[in-house]
Amino acid sequence: MRVNWSRSSNESQPSKVFIMPVPEHLNFYIDPNRCIGCQACVQACTECDTHKGESMIHLEYVDRGESVQTVPVVCMHCDQPTCAEVCPADAIKRTEDGVVQSARKPRCIACGNCVIGCPFGVPEINIEQQLMKKCDMCYDRSSVGKKPMCTTVCPSQALFFGTRQEIELLRPRSMPVNEFRFGRQSITTRVSMMVPRQSHEPARYVDVTAAMDERPASRHVSLTVIDDPFAEVQTG
Amino acid sequence: MSTDSKNEMIMKKSDGPAAASTSEQITKAPDGRPPEEQPTWRQDFPIDWPQDHHVARRDFTKFLVLTSFAFVVGQFWIAVQNFIRRRRSKPQMVKIASLAALPVGGAVVFKYPDAHDDCILIRTGEDTLAAFSQKCTHLACAVVPRPELNAFHCPCHAGYFDMSTGRAIAGPPKRPLPRITLKVNGDLIYATGVEVSTL
Repeated sequence: MRVNWSRSSNESQPSKVFIMPVPEHLNFYIDPNRCIGCQACVQACTECDTHKGESMIHLEYVDRGESVQTVPVVCMHCDQPTCAEVCPADAIKRTEDGVVQSARKPRCIACGNCVIGCPFGVPEINIEQQLMKKCDMCYDRSSVGKKPMCTTVCPSQALFFGTRQEIELLRPRSMPVNEFRFGRQSITTRVSMMVPRQSHEPARYVDVTAAMDERPASRHVSLTVIDDPFAEVQTG
Repeated sequence: MSTDSKNEMIMKKSDGPAAASTSEQITKAPDGRPPEEQPTWRQDFPIDWPQDHHVARRDFTKFLVLTSFAFVVGQFWIAVQNFIRRRRSKPQMVKIASLAALPVGGAVVFKYPDAHDDCILIRTGEDTLAAFSQKCTHLACAVVPRPELNAFHCPCHAGYFDMSTGRAIAGPPKRPLPRITLKVNGDLIYATGVEVSTL
């Protein structure tokens, strides 16, 4: 092993002597349009041993009353993590590759501030363990160059882990956006959300609070009503 | 802070792979101002893992509890060792000298209970005898009787033991010399056992 002590060589060549971060060119892309709500990601996440059979990915319904559309929710790994900002126990840390880790077990007091604070609704408190656990991009896998569990099983690739070139090639009609506005709070994240590519003006950010009041344009859906669904079919 | 001392600080914090990373702050505060303009508590409670040097109170408490638990276990271990030593069968009685051949102030060196355990018998008075292991309890040098001081003297580090009780009275040894219990039967002196004590 070689250690560079001088500052200049440290800067020219990032000290990769001991560190094992998630590679910079690999990123997480969420494409909610493609989510079919199959729960495969939830199952895959549950199987992982590092968080003891608990799923760190949430499969949420956008509006259960209106539609069956689901959206997978993983940690977005914010550049200014609100969960860490509000943590009174100094338990939530962010490694230098930009991955916000689960709460440090010796520090977490299970106060739930992060659960309330996170604009994406990612952290959850495990009451039995008195510990906040959240998605850490499968740090044990992604830090050695493997894909997170959920992205390996997603059949529609609503969850994608790879390079930006790959995703742009695969999804020419969408574009990744990693800036989100919540009122006056603007958050840039490591994880990107795929939004439809509009020809006139590319979306620079997702205005979440404005989108909350948005309703999908109502469509007329007519179903053929069968008079007697249990009628016996005449044969012969 | 110079670069070297900064690197040294990072090296000291040896908690795994993240330790040797650059100490540059990557997380920006929500108000967007540079780190120099931020309040001091941001340096005390950094969000970035490489900058975090704190030992949690819970970690420290765990350390204290486990350490004191280890001490308790050690005490029990010593008690068990004492118990086992007491229950060990007594060495057999061995004739060591004849009373007639030992004048007052005279000494006899003998081996008891094994051929490697040097002991010394001293006639301290007309009716009193004292026998101790000759090994100094400090570093096992042979002690020499000094009847004029009523003491055993260890020449290696100038340790002194009381001649009648075997207790360490000066110098580095802390524990008394193991006493050899004696039995006088007419003219003959027998060694009957070894009493080891720690005080």
